[in-house]
Amino acid sequence: MEPINAPESIDLIALAPVLVLSVFAMGVLVLDLWAGKNKTLLMFISLVGLLMTAISAFAKHPLPAFAFTGSYIVDHLSIFFICIFTLSSALTILLSFEYNERKGIKAGEYYALILLCTVGMIILASSTDLIMIFLGIEIVSICLYVLAGFRRDDPVSNEAALKYFLLGAFATGFLLYGMTLIYGSTGSTNLFKIAEFIKAEGAQSNPLILMGIVLLVIGFGFKVAAVPFHMWAPDVYHGSPTPVTAFMAVGPKAAAFAAFFRVFTEAIPDMSLSWEILLCIIAVLSMFVGNLGAIMQTNIKRMLAFSSISHAGYLLIAVIAKSSLAGSGLLFYMLAYAFTTFGAFGIIILLGKKEKDNLEFENYSGLAYKHPILALSMTVFLLSLGGLPPFAGFVAKFYIFSAAIEEGFVTLVVIAVLNSAISFYYYLKVVVFMYMKEPNREFQISLTPMTLFVVIVGIIGTVELGIFPDPIIALTNLQ
Amino acid sequence: MFLTFITFLPIIGALFLAFFPKENEGAIKQTALAVAAADFLLSLFLWTNFDSSTHKMQFELNTSWIESWGINYHIGLDGISLLLYVMTTFLTLICVIASWDVKKHIREYMMAMLALSTGMLGVFISLDLFIFYVFWEFQLVPMYIIVGVWGGPRRIYAAVKFFIYTAVGSLLMLVAIIWIYFHVKETTGVATADILFITDNISAPLDIQKWLWMAFFLAFAIKVPMFPFHTWLPDAHVEAPTAGSVILAGVLLKMGTYGFLRFNLPFFPQASYDFMPFVAWLSIIGIVYGALVSMVQEDLKKLVAYSSVSHLGFVMLGIFALNEYGIQGALIQNINHGISTGALFLLVGVIYDRRHTRLIKEFGGLSKQMPVYAVCFMIVALSSIGLPGMNGFVGEFLVLLGIFQVNGLWAACATSGVILAACYILWMFQRVMFLELNNPKNMELKDLNVRELITVIPLLVLIFWIGLYPKPFMKTFDASVNHLVSRVSPDNFRPTKDHQEDGGHHASLMTKTELAKLSQRLQKTSHN
Repeated sequence: MEPINAPESIDLIALAPVLVLSVFAMGVLVLDLWAGKNKTLLMFISLVGLLMTAISAFAKHPLPAFAFTGSYIVDHLSIFFICIFTLSSALTILLSFEYNERKGIKAGEYYALILLCTVGMIILASSTDLIMIFLGIEIVSICLYVLAGFRRDDPVSNEAALKYFLLGAFATGFLLYGMTLIYGSTGSTNLFKIAEFIKAEGAQSNPLILMGIVLLVIGFGFKVAAVPFHMWAPDVYHGSPTPVTAFMAVGPKAAAFAAFFRVFTEAIPDMSLSWEILLCIIAVLSMFVGNLGAIMQTNIKRMLAFSSISHAGYLLIAVIAKSSLAGSGLLFYMLAYAFTTFGAFGIIILLGKKEKDNLEFENYSGLAYKHPILALSMTVFLLSLGGLPPFAGFVAKFYIFSAAIEEGFVTLVVIAVLNSAISFYYYLKVVVFMYMKEPNREFQISLTPMTLFVVIVGIIGTVELGIFPDPIIALTNLQ
Repeated sequence: MFLTFITFLPIIGALFLAFFPKENEGAIKQTALAVAAADFLLSLFLWTNFDSSTHKMQFELNTSWIESWGINYHIGLDGISLLLYVMTTFLTLICVIASWDVKKHIREYMMAMLALSTGMLGVFISLDLFIFYVFWEFQLVPMYIIVGVWGGPRRIYAAVKFFIYTAVGSLLMLVAIIWIYFHVKETTGVATADILFITDNISAPLDIQKWLWMAFFLAFAIKVPMFPFHTWLPDAHVEAPTAGSVILAGVLLKMGTYGFLRFNLPFFPQASYDFMPFVAWLSIIGIVYGALVSMVQEDLKKLVAYSSVSHLGFVMLGIFALNEYGIQGALIQNINHGISTGALFLLVGVIYDRRHTRLIKEFGGLSKQMPVYAVCFMIVALSSIGLPGMNGFVGEFLVLLGIFQVNGLWAACATSGVILAACYILWMFQRVMFLELNNPKNMELKDLNVRELITVIPLLVLIFWIGLYPKPFMKTFDASVNHLVSRVSPDNFRPTKDHQEDGGHHASLMTKTELAKLSQRLQKTSHN
């Protein structure tokens, strides 16, 4: 790591999103002292904070700009990711408000933790230095450990938190070890300097760097829940409070992928021959294990957990393709995935009740004839996750597959599309229950406004990105 | 814009229906009927305004859709797609009438039917690979819902099987589409998925052409369905409600054959020529196998479903004769199959509604109880066999003529399908309509009512019309077929011309003089 010389080199404008959000997070923590039982104010302030963060992300010109002596970058990729993060955190907060009330979760620090976690994600997506990446990952992970266990009286939630914490700490160790090996052999933690070193010294086959890369893959693989480092995902997704599950499936995953993409395309692109094959194997395994695992599930949260493993597989294809088109595809995919996932989880929350979460497929029987709009929305979300046109998921998959085919990874894409076909089977299974079975219970659904709002945002996003994707595609263009 | 309007009218109608109160069944049905009828009439207007003297696309609209990728909303009709387009609106109308008595969730049913109509129409007008794929996949959902919700006892199995089978094929086609997109971008510098542009500019080396051909082939062969990809079809047909079966046989299967004509042939003429024997033998196996399996079916719907496999074999054989007669025959047979098999499914649906069984052994002697029904059934059955004077004859004759010019053995094998068709259809007809009326449950059966007659009679009229005076139909696609044949005709790839490096192995088998003789003979026959 370079010594940090002068304090005046810190560019506050470039850091604005991190600073703004941190201030708001602290503010929420402090205000909680006076807020009492009514958390509406906290929720409102958190949302304002997220909005301000998103706006402040556009403050810096021209791009790319650096801060902290080149270890923090503001560029197109990071700004877009900040928008995805703030969007997903805002949707999480909207989902949480009514859910927490129903479940009796009264802690105000819940909102502060989500904001802090978002700070970590922003750092993760903006860092060009291994140390900063580590910092970001730690901030995100620690917040998530707490959030996963937020239903303190529920043993499943406790199990989720503990499992996530133990395995997560272990994976962080791997990641750190990988970073030290790379630092040891290249003499820098800065991504660009590492790339320069490898190019200049011709260190493509340096065993220590290779070892470091393998360990990095393990660490990142854990964070994005790629096979074979996915074992935590189903249990944690299942046990966490549902809004937190949605949050984990989108925000932190996107952040981890942002860092993943940056490290592998900025720091070690010259060694791609060695890591390509490794990532290919992991991507293929993720797709197969995720999809085949999801087929076995009867619980919708576990099913979505396995499906998110398979989505990690598709996203890894973008990292493997490593072109700027692949980066754009990654952005678009994460945005589409955010809308779709939050919409789906919104409906899951709407169907839940205080005493019973109604997470089994059985509980969805005949939904289409009691609440046709909800069932139709759920169908749209599931088909979009499967990648069926004309929904967002299709354009997203098309984007990533295009990038991979342009780089010549045709076999990988063929495996990926076959997996998409498998995935239809379990997504359709929910549709089967909703449309093709008779209702076996009374649906007493209270259409709580904020959760409903999230579903509507999800539908609009999913359909918009599917039918008129051009404006967003133009925004994702990284060249 | 007009074409866009006709294409999207049904789905707009479906969205409109969503706001109707569930109890108001009469209004729901009438609105659906009005939309379907309007759509059919408007599409007839397209046909009358169609200039059949040119192969060029008509009613074209080309506006930018996803500008960043160079993807356009490009639609249009030519002779090949126009008839299929009109048939789609026509069968949608018939199906709406045929579904008048659906008891369960009528609003959702009509919405699905209308949405399906837009999906199918979109497939036929797309002139951009991207929107083609969007429509191609989109229409799966309403069909899946129709089979899965309103189908028979094993409907869920059948619906999922239908969906997954089609998805596997079409996703591989997606890979090929993306590959072509980048290939064309690389060779011409234009980022586009425009079908017409790609047709003119694609120049992949032969080995890659073959891979791409296979990717498209799989998607379409599953849809057609060709042997051995046909196993989803009997399940889907048997379980689907009557109207679902009609649409499935009448239009969805045609999307497969249409795909061959629009993509496989013009994109990869050389590969198509090389794969000709492969496709021909698969088609012949399909013809004979479908017919033989039909013969032993005990369920009427299954019998008709397997007969589809056999009939579609003829269509495929005609397409891959790669000459004018063959392709003309295939196109007319496409329409014929939609009419005849659609009518057969409607008629089977009629007795299923009354008896709730389709087992042949439950019936017998129906002609005494239901004379009008028996007459209609007779006409449709004979048309399905291909009796001269009815539509089936025109198509099968042309197909056999076309394939005979290519290979006499293939023609001989395929002809056996015609004979077998007579066996299974007539035998079935005999067991259902004639014999003794000794099952007491059949004593009370009522003959066709007015609504059922309304659905069947237009099809009967078409059967005779095409059988006796097919010219208006043939004329519509004449120019387009000529243009297509000039592109894919095997003469282009015989090693006498500039294709020595590609087809070198043929050159060693045939001397040039032999070839000249052969092509002379070919020309002679085609003049005759």
